[in-house]
Amino acid sequence: MPHLAVKDVRAKYGSLEVLKGISFSIEKGEIAALVGPSGSGKSTVLRALMGLTPITGGAVDIAGETMNYSSAKEVRAARDRMAVVFQQYNLFQNMTVMQNLTLAPLKIKKWNKSEVMSEARRLLGLVGLSDKADAFSDQLSGGQQQRVALARALALKPQILLLDEVTSALDPELVNEVLDAIRKLANEGMTMVIVSHEMAFVREVADKVVFMDAGQIIEAGTPTELFDTPRTDRARDFFSKILRH
Amino acid sequence: MERILEQMPRFFSGPNLILLLESAGLTLAMTVAGCLIGFGLAFVLVFLRQTPGLWALPLRFVCILYVEVFRRIPFIVVIYLVLFFIQTVTPNASLFTIAVIAICLYAVAYTADIIRGGLESVPLAQIEAAQAMNLSRLQTNLRIVLPQAWPVIIPPAIAFAVSFIKDTALVSQVGVFELTFRGKELNNQGYSGILVFGTIALCYFLMSFPLSMLGQYLEKRLATPRGQRRSRKIWFT
Repeated sequence: MPHLAVKDVRAKYGSLEVLKGISFSIEKGEIAALVGPSGSGKSTVLRALMGLTPITGGAVDIAGETMNYSSAKEVRAARDRMAVVFQQYNLFQNMTVMQNLTLAPLKIKKWNKSEVMSEARRLLGLVGLSDKADAFSDQLSGGQQQRVALARALALKPQILLLDEVTSALDPELVNEVLDAIRKLANEGMTMVIVSHEMAFVREVADKVVFMDAGQIIEAGTPTELFDTPRTDRARDFFSKILRH
Repeated sequence: MERILEQMPRFFSGPNLILLLESAGLTLAMTVAGCLIGFGLAFVLVFLRQTPGLWALPLRFVCILYVEVFRRIPFIVVIYLVLFFIQTVTPNASLFTIAVIAICLYAVAYTADIIRGGLESVPLAQIEAAQAMNLSRLQTNLRIVLPQAWPVIIPPAIAFAVSFIKDTALVSQVGVFELTFRGKELNNQGYSGILVFGTIALCYFLMSFPLSMLGQYLEKRLATPRGQRRSRKIWFT
């Protein structure tokens, strides 16, 4: 049984159907990359998985448990298993880096305090920000904030990590520091679903690429299959434009 | 003018001063009690108003109706309504209690919108980040939204309380011995109106000015690091 299976998930914003039946699955330790033009629904897939956008149909298997987000309890269960990093970091502005990392593990998961603190320090070391534990987010650069957001998500010990265009809001110079941190996670065997426009990075780390357009999956496969020998015209057109740069 | 100078020693004699001090204390007590309780209840009202879900629709409607109705009634009418209503229910309720309740009802309506504005100034993304971590609505409000909303809520809330110290003069209409009531009394006793109400004006100023200062102090203290940077002096060239 796959670690994450998205099965015919549908979502609407008002009368506009933004997800028209999305299905894909990944095994434990695999990385799936959602790619496609803006407005194709990539981010909405992640929002739906986190219960931030209600789904109108379909179901999701997460680590062996099927859920369809129909009750508050199921939404909580899904959020308990996954963590998300947003494009705009969304660090809590009123808290220090350390407080950002430890809030949910202490108050929601109710884990042991000394373990939570030492794990938070380990994660800050992992993303190379050990010296910033007491800084507030607006004292950090965008790349630093995004790495803190990554550490904050990891502090929840998620079974699946969702990354929503985590480098899109960053200066080109800062992109690599964040990508390096994600590479480390990939090597550690973290299961991830990433939405990204960094095609070279996707080719490097992803096990599966899902190409979406207008709320549908047009084509899915390995990076080599999609980038080098796309079967559909739409995918060929998209990748020929985007890979030329 | 001569009359004022001549009356001064007698006016500022012991009994009169005590009377003024007492009534000033009463004015301050009414305002502080009414506004603090009202401010607290306003939070509850805003929280109820933001209850999601279809079943809470009547609840939201009542909350909105309350704010809209009380903001459109003159304060003096609220006072009379409370007076007659309370006196029907419990005939021996003190006028002070009635005044505090009236102030409270009014303060809830006004500060609720101030609080709502403050809470809504916090970006939705902050709330979603908290939701994604399974923080409950109450936890999100207390730990994430409110701490960031304080700097937006405090200045207008204090400004409301400051202006309300003055508006409490209206409760003299129902016979609460607050500052303005005593002023009228002293004036009737033959003291010069200029002297009496000049002194009363000074009392109101002395009560509200420290509150304004407190507001400014809190505004600075509660500001986030970013807010502090923003509030530094900007030099125009």
